[in-house]
Amino acid sequence: MDRKVMKKVFFSNKMTVLCTGLLLAVMAASLLAPLSPYDPDAVNVAEKLQGMSSKHIFGTDSLGRDTFTRALYGGRVSLLVGFAAMCVAVFIGTFIGTVSGYKGGKVDSICMRVVDVFLSVPSLLFIIVVYAFMPRNMVTLVLMLASFSWTKVARVVRAQTLTLKERDFVTAAKALGVGQSTVIWRHIIPNLMPQIIVASSLSIANAILDESALSFLGYGIQLPMASWGSMLQSAQQYILYNPICAVIPGSLILITVLCFNVMGDMLQQILDPKLVK
Amino acid sequence: MGNILQVENLSVTYGTHTGEIQAVRDVSFTIEEGAVTAIVGESGCGKSVTSKSIMGLIQKPGMVAGESKILFRGENILAYTKKQWDSYRGQKCSMIFQDALTALNPTMNIGRQVTEKIMAHEKISRQKAWQEGIRMLKLVGIPNAPMRMKQYPHEFSGGMRQRVMIAIALTLNPQLLIADEPTTALDVTVQADILDMMKGIQQEHGMTVILITHDLGIVADCARHIIVMYAGKVVETGSAEDIFYRPAHPYTKALLSAVPRLDLEQGHLETIEGAPPNMANPPKGCPFADRCPRRLPVCGKEFPQNTRLSESHQVCCWLQRGSE
Amino acid sequence: MSHFIGKRLVQMAVVFVFVSMFAFSIIYFSPGDPLYLYTSPSVSVYKMTDEQLEDMRESLGLTGNAAQRYLNWAGKMLHGDWGLSVSNHQPVKKQIMDKLPNTIGLMGAALLLSVILAIPLGLLAGSYKNKWVDNIISGISYLGISLPAFWFGIMLIIVFSLKLGWFPSSGMRTIGVNSAADVVRHGVLPVIVLSVNNTAVFVRYIRSNTIEQREEEYVMTAISKGVPKIQVMYRHVLKNCLLPIITMVGMNFGTLITGSFIVESVFGWPGLGTLCMDAINSRDYTMIMGITMLACIVLLIGNFLADILYGFADPRIKRGEEKENG
Repeated sequence: MDRKVMKKVFFSNKMTVLCTGLLLAVMAASLLAPLSPYDPDAVNVAEKLQGMSSKHIFGTDSLGRDTFTRALYGGRVSLLVGFAAMCVAVFIGTFIGTVSGYKGGKVDSICMRVVDVFLSVPSLLFIIVVYAFMPRNMVTLVLMLASFSWTKVARVVRAQTLTLKERDFVTAAKALGVGQSTVIWRHIIPNLMPQIIVASSLSIANAILDESALSFLGYGIQLPMASWGSMLQSAQQYILYNPICAVIPGSLILITVLCFNVMGDMLQQILDPKLVK
Repeated sequence: MGNILQVENLSVTYGTHTGEIQAVRDVSFTIEEGAVTAIVGESGCGKSVTSKSIMGLIQKPGMVAGESKILFRGENILAYTKKQWDSYRGQKCSMIFQDALTALNPTMNIGRQVTEKIMAHEKISRQKAWQEGIRMLKLVGIPNAPMRMKQYPHEFSGGMRQRVMIAIALTLNPQLLIADEPTTALDVTVQADILDMMKGIQQEHGMTVILITHDLGIVADCARHIIVMYAGKVVETGSAEDIFYRPAHPYTKALLSAVPRLDLEQGHLETIEGAPPNMANPPKGCPFADRCPRRLPVCGKEFPQNTRLSESHQVCCWLQRGSE
Repeated sequence: MSHFIGKRLVQMAVVFVFVSMFAFSIIYFSPGDPLYLYTSPSVSVYKMTDEQLEDMRESLGLTGNAAQRYLNWAGKMLHGDWGLSVSNHQPVKKQIMDKLPNTIGLMGAALLLSVILAIPLGLLAGSYKNKWVDNIISGISYLGISLPAFWFGIMLIIVFSLKLGWFPSSGMRTIGVNSAADVVRHGVLPVIVLSVNNTAVFVRYIRSNTIEQREEEYVMTAISKGVPKIQVMYRHVLKNCLLPIITMVGMNFGTLITGSFIVESVFGWPGLGTLCMDAINSRDYTMIMGITMLACIVLLIGNFLADILYGFADPRIKRGEEKENG
């Protein structure tokens, strides 16, 4: 489908526009977090566990820190981890997927068995277990998250590569004596873009969700850094006194993940060749 | 004999992202009772959509235009209620689909798929319906019918599956049978067997058949009337002799010269240059104008009216209007 | 069919070997002398001579290179000797088996709830594609897949336990009360939370499946036979829509297991999840290994059963194999 039609369809769909807008708003707010008058880590015991007020619009936590400000800074971490994990996952997934699909034969069956193994273990449990032995920092967290989410990308990419490699332009390139890596890089991957974009959107949603769960259980982002998930962990003890502490970060996770999921799905529908026929 | 079916001003459109596709545009024709009428044309010309309209199988995003009329024995079936449709489909009019593999339910045994039709229309016991099913399978030449009834579609060969499809269509002796590319998916030898079998049954029962195909070779063998469609329009209708010996439309001529023939010494096989027009935005004039070797200036501007060349023969072409 | 089962069994074995290697590496790379992980404090390792220690090491299979030690360990696991917990020196297997029913119960109830809810909702949404019913159901299922389960749990606790007081906020039994009704009351919120994600996934799956099946040509054939559309729906479309759910349930077993761990830690449900979190926090390596292995076994068996069931339910597989075998 040509770009103009795609754009038209994209903007004619209210849901995609709404989700893009919301996501941009969340991202912008996180980036602009330093504009907040409060220090996210400044402890102020005198103002602890306050409810909503004009001074602290979403109240304060158990140490008197401004929830709204902390949520903005937490968003930076959550989005960054989600984005980074997605990048790694998409990179590995695309690589394995294209090579596996293009080469076929033994390479393919080995790759796919590896994917099967990854898909048939409870991922979060494995991450937690491995994390117990690893230095707990953001890089390991990102790698751990990515190591269990690349499989989905690889499957989608492989399936698409299988159909692409039978197409005439690929055959033509091969007949011209173009090398394998060049064929993959120049002819296969550009044509995979729609699928990769969709997979990225869904993968970011998953990464954010998994990161929040890990941080909530205490195996993700470590103090003093905070993500939405770890904010929830510390808020859990005080939900009786100040539920707003728990409501805000959770809603932010929900909105962000929801928007990425909806966007991924809508993109898939737009890019689905069946509907364009 | 009289006409069993009369199609008047049938238009069908499909809404898509890229615009409204006008699959069938203002088509009118009649079908003679007791004879085989073929609708020919290349893929995408609207012949399948036309046949689906006659069965009432146009589904969203497809839409039959309000002014269209399909008269079955004088009754406009497009105005039917749901109940009327259900008793019309299968009992009065039946359809054979192109690919029996997808047209049969993969998880239901053949017996149930055959008897389902009988049970939907007649109040008889399951056992009796089952016996009738076996009789139908035997009729279309399936050996070992009682055992075959309990099997599933994937356990049949392509030809046998198509015979099942035909058996289902013939059950209850429908007055009108639509065969949509009934043998296209099959090997040539199997194709001949099945066509012979169908012809036999048609002649025995005096059944009316609409044969949809892109293969003029099949048509020559069995059709009494031929309707040629192009880009959602009927461009020529006539008896088989009219079409084969006196084709009037340049498209029909091109189509005929593209049929491989063994009786003539041909150097090479003719092809038709170019591609059919985009149906989302069909040309205002004759849709074949762009590919037509004998194009006139007026062809691109306006679609030609119907010209009656003889009792049976009609054509839509400016060349013929000129000679009128 | 037997051919198919055999193939799946081999696949399972391969995955299982990989997983066991992973689990073994936990203990292999864990800091400290593994000898202490296998002995109870009553056997005072500290007072032993070096010679005695070596003997014991050998008898426990802790000598030799990694491969030998792995084989030794794997053999023991297969014979049901899962070692002693590092923190309380009780047999790991017994502790796990004590908690397993609680987790299986939670998972089973959640799975049942998901399937019961998802089938009608998915079919409804798929049959009325893009109508308001579908929009509502699809919207809610979007929420379901995007909802952080632990947060949803906390929200439910705030509303239904703290504010309304309808359900207890944590645990499985009220102390001193020993009735099934009490367990059920404790279980309501965890089961709801655990089933949300799966329900949403199932609904989406069944919906898209319904839409796909309705466009299949066999539906046209059925309609062209003169069968009323409602009958076509439940006689043809329904079965073909629901068949793949069996596979879907199998595939989602992993989510269910990790989900149950999270839910257990939110609601303090005394199951494998809580046991596992405690083990990780106290660096109880043998316990972590045991639970990891068990979780994988449960997952593999779940997948396997789903495949077998599907094979029996879909004539294309069952019949095809029979023919192949003779």
